[in-house]
Amino acid sequence: MKPALRKVTDAAMGVFNWADDRLHLTKLWESTAGHHVPQSAGSWFYVFGSATLLCFMIQLATGIMLALVYVPSAAEAYTTLEYLTFEQDLGWFLRAVHYWGSNFMVGIMLLHMTQVFLFGAYKYPREITWLTGVALLGLTLGLAFTGQVMRFDEDAYWGLGIGAAIMGRVPVIGGQMVNFMLGGPIIASEALSRFFALHVFVLPGAVLAIVSIHLRMVLSKGINEYPTPGMVVRRETYDKEYAAILKKEGVPFFPKAISKDLVAGAIVILGILACACFFGPKGPLGPPDPLQIDTVPRPDFYFLWIFAVAALMPDWMETPALLGGPVIIGLVLLALPFFNGTGEKSWRRRPVAVLTVVLTYLSLGLLTYLGQTSPWSPDMNAWRSAPIAKADLEGRSPLELQGALLIQYMQCRNCHAIDGVGGQRGPDLSGVGTRLTKPQLVRQIIQGGGNMPAYGDNLSPDQVEALANYMVSLCPTGIPPARDASLPEQPLGK
Amino acid sequence: MNDQTTKEPCREGSKPCACEGATKKASRRDFLLMLGFGLNAVAGAAIGIPLAGYVLSSFFKTNILDWVPLGPVDSFPEGKTRFANYKNPTHREWDGQTADIPCWVRRITGNDFQVFAINCTHLGCPVRWFEESKLFMCPCHGGAFYEDGGHAAGPPPRGLYTYEVKVENGNLYIKAGDLPNLGNQKV
Repeated sequence: MKPALRKVTDAAMGVFNWADDRLHLTKLWESTAGHHVPQSAGSWFYVFGSATLLCFMIQLATGIMLALVYVPSAAEAYTTLEYLTFEQDLGWFLRAVHYWGSNFMVGIMLLHMTQVFLFGAYKYPREITWLTGVALLGLTLGLAFTGQVMRFDEDAYWGLGIGAAIMGRVPVIGGQMVNFMLGGPIIASEALSRFFALHVFVLPGAVLAIVSIHLRMVLSKGINEYPTPGMVVRRETYDKEYAAILKKEGVPFFPKAISKDLVAGAIVILGILACACFFGPKGPLGPPDPLQIDTVPRPDFYFLWIFAVAALMPDWMETPALLGGPVIIGLVLLALPFFNGTGEKSWRRRPVAVLTVVLTYLSLGLLTYLGQTSPWSPDMNAWRSAPIAKADLEGRSPLELQGALLIQYMQCRNCHAIDGVGGQRGPDLSGVGTRLTKPQLVRQIIQGGGNMPAYGDNLSPDQVEALANYMVSLCPTGIPPARDASLPEQPLGK
Repeated sequence: MNDQTTKEPCREGSKPCACEGATKKASRRDFLLMLGFGLNAVAGAAIGIPLAGYVLSSFFKTNILDWVPLGPVDSFPEGKTRFANYKNPTHREWDGQTADIPCWVRRITGNDFQVFAINCTHLGCPVRWFEESKLFMCPCHGGAFYEDGGHAAGPPPRGLYTYEVKVENGNLYIKAGDLPNLGNQKV
């Protein structure tokens, strides 16, 4: 080596040694990035944790950028969102990355939790790693909800109304809980400021604190080895077995086990960017103007399943489920490593675990789909916009045609489709004449029941007659009309 | 080190001052330690209680309801239900549009009014009035209410929330100021 180069190298080493002596960099590296993990942990199944953390970092960076412009005031927030989206250079892009980053974060975190569950990584001695992970799931969902409020549009406004209505169901102190949630008596500036503080200070700070504990536990208790069927966790022997695994096949996390995390991380970033570019940011929808009631509020996709549950549950179960459900789910998740902390790890020998995951995803997926399509919601404009097919009008008597007009005019179509067109809340009226007799139809119209309002006070006897006659006529050719079972059967066509 | 000194056994015949001095120092330290804990507990409470009070103030505050005008009685035709709005009595300048609260006014006859909150009693979504079928319908989960606010169909646990009403000098007033919900509406 040339003397000049040697001098430079020596000087650089001197600086490094000086810094290392003060900051203990080598020790820090060895105990973190360089810590040994089982070689089997360098698997594609193990990339979700680092990918979730990466999403959070993207959220932090883009969130700080958005906060440079966003004004958390009920009077200004919507205007600044429009400014961000349409005028601020690359504002739309940052909003889109923040929105898609949150979607990716929730999705990948669920995958991470599923993998941890199926691989038995929550078992001894990693209980606290799991507990902090459950806390991080709760905080992430909190960030998602408060983030929806930050997009202060009509959905955010009425979403807060839904949250307040749920809080109002708390026994005894419901009213106070609503005030506490909103920071005041109505949905206004205090509510937005409160959720802003939660979204940008409290929840991210809590995530950072708990992530540091989570990572500390990952380092001190090690990354779970890839479970092999038949390898059973016992509290008395596991620590020695894990030490033996590390001794036999342990490799430093960097550079021997990080490669797949790097590839997955890059794919996640590119995926978020691609979604941001192709689909753009969400909203803002209409302004948060309470007077604009021509709106159909819907939560973001991660809460659609709750929206669906609120529509499908029996009335008596609603309040206990809305208030107690999240608590019970949280407690079950927190208690998991304590009632199932040892034993078989591999999912191949844990059919109940596999079934739980399959049923959970099926339920969440189905409820989310239902939440998106909301067949229980009336189609508020169907009475004006959903036509009746020509075939359902041809050949009808004037009285029956009057009934067809009334079906539109009285907003029956908001809840009832005909030939699949119209609201889905009630049964499709095509072929209703094959299911109900005229007296049954008259009774149903006048008295309601079975989740239908009674129209007896709003319709004259002539109008009821016309409606019932038209519905009786909705009887496909070749299918006999409904008949009164107490009367003798008539031959078809009479 | 003093700590090590305190751990030395006190032997008979040894100089008494070493042992007693250490004991005195240790007890003074113990006292200071306890004093430190105590003072910090007081200081923590002194800062923590106001902080908690600040955050929880909205929990304990009683909502102030006030009479707000909805307009002249004659602007509401008899036998009809009309959309109306008012400025929330406790609004701030920076509340923007959110200070404007909508409601449904039903004039039965003369000065006999019913004023309903816009919020569905199920989960708070805005109900819409349909004059033809004389029903309020909710776009979220399909709750429906009759023109007198009574529950007609769907998941809402009760009829629409109603405001206290009065007519004064030919104007219609309601007592308003909070977001109606199952926790604060007894009627």
